[in-house]
Amino acid sequence: MTSATLARRQSSLTKGKLPSYAVWLVLGAALVFGAAAASLVGFSAVSWGLFSALFFLLGATAVTAVVEGGRKATDSLATYLVYGAFLVALLPLLSVLWTVLERGLPGISYDFLFTSLNGVTGAVDNASVANGTPVLGGAYHAVVGTLQITLWATAISVPIGLLAAVYLVEYGTGGPLTRAITFFVDVMTGIPSIVAGLFAAALFGLLFGPGTRTGFVAAVALSVLMIPVVVRSTEEMLKIVPNELREAAYALGVRKWRTITKVVIPTAISGIASGVTLAIARVIGETAPILVTAGFASAINWNVFSGWMSTLPTLIYYQILTPTSPTNTDPSTQRAWAAALLLILMVMLLNLVARLIARMFAPKTSR
Amino acid sequence: MSTTTLTETRGAGQSGDKIFSGATLAAGCLILAVLFSVAVFLLVQALPVASADPAEITGGAGFTTYIFPIVIGTIVAAAIALLIATPLGIGVALFISHYAPRRFAQGFGYVIDLLAAIPSVVYGAWGYAVLAPELAKGYAWLAENLGWIPIFEGPASQTGRTMLTAGIVLAVMVLPIITSLSREIFLQTPNLHEEAALAMGATRWEMIRMAVLPFARPGIISAAMLGLGRALGETMAVALVLSGGALSASLIASGNQTIAAEIALNFPEAFGLRLSELIAAGLVLFVITLAVNMVARWIITRHKEFSGAN
Repeated sequence: MTSATLARRQSSLTKGKLPSYAVWLVLGAALVFGAAAASLVGFSAVSWGLFSALFFLLGATAVTAVVEGGRKATDSLATYLVYGAFLVALLPLLSVLWTVLERGLPGISYDFLFTSLNGVTGAVDNASVANGTPVLGGAYHAVVGTLQITLWATAISVPIGLLAAVYLVEYGTGGPLTRAITFFVDVMTGIPSIVAGLFAAALFGLLFGPGTRTGFVAAVALSVLMIPVVVRSTEEMLKIVPNELREAAYALGVRKWRTITKVVIPTAISGIASGVTLAIARVIGETAPILVTAGFASAINWNVFSGWMSTLPTLIYYQILTPTSPTNTDPSTQRAWAAALLLILMVMLLNLVARLIARMFAPKTSR
Repeated sequence: MSTTTLTETRGAGQSGDKIFSGATLAAGCLILAVLFSVAVFLLVQALPVASADPAEITGGAGFTTYIFPIVIGTIVAAAIALLIATPLGIGVALFISHYAPRRFAQGFGYVIDLLAAIPSVVYGAWGYAVLAPELAKGYAWLAENLGWIPIFEGPASQTGRTMLTAGIVLAVMVLPIITSLSREIFLQTPNLHEEAALAMGATRWEMIRMAVLPFARPGIISAAMLGLGRALGETMAVALVLSGGALSASLIASGNQTIAAEIALNFPEAFGLRLSELIAAGLVLFVITLAVNMVARWIITRHKEFSGAN
């Protein structure tokens, strides 16, 4: 049988088609020509990549156009562009993660984690650079501030957000109030973080005199950003609780509020908890509202109701923009990147916890 | 006797019901009150600017002259971000929804979502320390060869901390928003439309152009608008990356400023009239982003009834 039929069948199906290795051939050629063109204007990884990508797009499209025709060529061009878009989007992610790891790891030490910047002056930094001793001072005060402020923001936003979502799903009748809340919660999601900070600063400035800056003001600013996220995620979760559960409870004569607290919320608790965790992850990295509401401190401050506070993001910001020692910026830069690494680890951990919560406490119904 | 117990329990249950529904209603109204008071408090604190002597405002020529350049700067930065991030975001969303192997698609989605998890100050630090020096080389080349175009007019910034760099960093930050929203819409495209197009002999790209993109157009527009809202209000990346200054047409020289960065850079030392000025600037920013977001939400709700399988 017929190698003849086999050969004919192959040819009839693959006639006018490029073999699958053609793409790799074109890619290899594009890399070679790209290297050549790049060395004409000054060789670097960037110019090599740019020229290779350009040559590959032109070459692959042209080859397809010649062999398979125009429509196929457009199709393959679109395919390459879409794959390229994904690769381009990966570049900044990899670059950011690599930069933070590379520059942050040397700065992470026991001292960095458990000492504050109190008493660390330009002279101290100059001395540590001159003598080659380890960089003094750390981020303990900022970690304390971050945790305190985020905790208070969570304590404010979760009850409000949760109750508002319950109102929207369980009590809302689709009237003007429900629609207004839904609409403005959506709009609130888009409030610039710095405007939230200005709002809290203006509010407490009017109440307690201008220039009131404490951790609590920052917590209020963060809860303005956090409430809409909590409402949205809780609302989505309450909506997918099957109606039969509610009806079964009502049929047993259970009150509506008991139904909600004992049946509806426990069913949706995994989704609610993971939504709250994601909301925390979102606000823990906020810088701008802290900058205008909590000021900046270099000493440890456990009291959110008095005195300025520092958080990890503001520590990063100030250490980069106004280094402790203007002549020797290296210790400050090192501290900033170490703090960035710490912050990213916290955010990633929160995201991971959210996914775990969602998976572990997922309702056991098979619906 | 039995009637009394019945009425008693009913009374207790009723009050519980009332308290609970009252609490939820109060929480809902509190949210409206917060948004309203954001506007009111900013307005109250910004009022001194309206009555102040124009010569006392920063720049010495009144508030309009002060705010105009930074409004333009804000819009330009956001426009650059959107110009880069929208096509890229659509491409990435298409890759995840229609091109990537099914098995890995969800994983790729998580990877892109990671971009949204990185705090903005880290992007700012990255733009300041890594991206700007890299781009500075390209800017020098642009100023030399394309300097006759106003936006590439020299002298190019030596540090690379320019409007274009800030726009690129903003593009990276809004990319996950545009991607995740577009991806959701692309996945909602009716399967029958796609299969019909493929059955007629369309290539994958033709199928996407005929079935997916027309279906998703309102979704893409609103995703871009939401990205725009984020880019307009983003503070830290611009404050760290841009070495600000007066308004200028060139995107590769230092200069220009955005509202959010102006507030962040000056607020810690501000008092008196300067404080009111910055709060008024914040109010302007609030109004701009509010308008953008409301238009985006309006587009989404208007097309809600058309999404899904029909």
